[in-house]
Amino acid sequence: MSLPLTVTTTVGAASGLHARPASLFVQAAARQPLPVRVARPGQASVDARSLLSVMSLGAGHGETLELSVIGTETDSEDAQGAQDRQVARTVLDELAALLATDLDAVVQAGR
Amino acid sequence: MSRALSGIGVGSGTACGPVARMAPPPTLPAARAVADAPAEARALREALAAVAAELSEHAAAADGTAADVLSAQAMMAADPALADMAAALISDNALDAPHAVDRALADFRSGLLAAGGYFAERAADLDDVRDRALCRLLGRPRPGLPDPGHPYVLVAEELAPADTARLDPAQVLALVTERGGPTGHTAILAKALGLPAVVGCTAAATLTDGQTVLVDAAEAAVEIDPDPAAVQRARDRERRRRARAQGAGPGRTSDGHPVALLVNLGGLAELESAAAADSEGVGLFRTECLFLDRTEAPALDEQQDSYRRVFTAFAGRRVIVRTLDAGADKPLPFVTSGPEENPALGVRGLRTAARAPELLETQLAAIAAAAAGSGAQVRVMAPMVSLPGEAAWFAERARAHGLPLAGAMVEVPAAALRAERFAAACDFLSIGTNDLAQYTFAADRALGALAELLDPWQPALLQLVAATARAGAALGKPVGVCGEAAADPELAVILAGLGMTSLSAAPACLPEVRAALAALPMAHCRELAALALDAPDAATARARVREHLG
Repeated sequence: MSLPLTVTTTVGAASGLHARPASLFVQAAARQPLPVRVARPGQASVDARSLLSVMSLGAGHGETLELSVIGTETDSEDAQGAQDRQVARTVLDELAALLATDLDAVVQAGR
Repeated sequence: MSRALSGIGVGSGTACGPVARMAPPPTLPAARAVADAPAEARALREALAAVAAELSEHAAAADGTAADVLSAQAMMAADPALADMAAALISDNALDAPHAVDRALADFRSGLLAAGGYFAERAADLDDVRDRALCRLLGRPRPGLPDPGHPYVLVAEELAPADTARLDPAQVLALVTERGGPTGHTAILAKALGLPAVVGCTAAATLTDGQTVLVDAAEAAVEIDPDPAAVQRARDRERRRRARAQGAGPGRTSDGHPVALLVNLGGLAELESAAAADSEGVGLFRTECLFLDRTEAPALDEQQDSYRRVFTAFAGRRVIVRTLDAGADKPLPFVTSGPEENPALGVRGLRTAARAPELLETQLAAIAAAAAGSGAQVRVMAPMVSLPGEAAWFAERARAHGLPLAGAMVEVPAAALRAERFAAACDFLSIGTNDLAQYTFAADRALGALAELLDPWQPALLQLVAATARAGAALGKPVGVCGEAAADPELAVILAGLGMTSLSAAPACLPEVRAALAALPMAHCRELAALALDAPDAATARARVREHLG
């Protein structure tokens, strides 16, 4: 059985994950070596590389989101499995940290 | 054989040129059976990729917020989940590509609408992606401004703010729209750019690309295939009109009675051209531009910087800053609370200060800090004031921040009816004729069908202006007009005759207003004003005054 690795975070963008903050998150997700999914707790997850799907979550400021990697290798007990789990954990932590920042401010400052 | 279409004229200019229509959004054709599903899916993926490329190109050419929105839209078009979902609808549900892309985007769209607020506003971005994809798939011209490669008369059902922001004044000779009223978005834009326009021209639906039309704003007519003599007459008239508008300096009647000529300022983007115009200052600085498209109010120091730019540009002149006029057609998430049944009659203008007092306090503090040492004579005024007590409270708050001159806008009939008490409660009054007309006639200012009621020549409106002027004169307080009415040179004469001490309009309108005032002594302005007040309706008032002006 393949167990998902999950990390929980809160949305830091002042106005929620609307178009511009969501696009920054989606671009970061697309750069990762593993496919990541994002969901409201207890609901169906969506592909973190899909801007339309992430926006459709309608996640407002301060809301909790779950990031996950559904591994095929990450549950194996050997050394390779441990290494894969480490990569997945790094990916999830990086994206969770990004979500927790005020991406609105990042967009503003970038202008 | 020529033929003329009628509408509502904006401005007094004329222009002749070929029609170029704004392409309307595509409509979904009837569903068709798909023989080759893989080919259909390929066509769909290609169309989405092309739309993404096109949007990325636009994003690269734009800057600021527009660039951000366009890049996000490009990512939506390139979204793998969208292409996969639409492809699945083709293979599993036997939909054709246009219906598949429409259905797939509708799913995401309903998710955004359900989330509400900022998310719901982005639904329009999805609609634009859908329209562009449909145009690709159906082989239709993409929606938006035409680009025929030569100057043209822009014809559209109605213009959206996004279209008008990209409009090139060097290419567009005149505007003709099927919908829209005298104070609508297109009319305001036409005045700002000094373009002749005919709006609310229903028959413009029949105009086609390449047809030659003569747009005559003064006659509110669009003539199709005009004969050369008519074109020549229009050119001569246009030349005379421009020659008349050569005057300079402060507004004066021919016998030297001052009527200050001021500009309306809607945003910092217009600041440079507004400051360069020959005016005595700003009669209406709409501060909404600082607050729109935001989820939180700008901080004090950011506001102060923006105000400071305006005051510095107008050093030595007056600047009347209108405090935030949110609500109604300009909802802001941090001010307006949820949808109202009748937003124009709801919590808007100064009425929002009761709910969010700190917004007004911050704004007044920022204005006062920016005004100090700027060299401009800064005044503040409150929008949507209905009771003398509100005007007095606003003036008291302004003075508490060290702003000595505070005024109230007269937009609600109640304020005009009790103008003397309003004039006593503050330092000056400014009549917003667009809203005053809307509330006097119970006529939505956005409805082209009610244009006759919204006509600023309506004697009932002029009567309220006259009452406000009398009250101001009795107490020695200035009373100005800052609505679209002040932009009409003939009406400007009437407003001066009624006792207005200042007229504020789009910068491009001032030269003609100045010329109209300079042509007549004040006594004559008063006689014409009496004539207009006595008319049974707007059309008669205008006709009688025109007859006398010759």
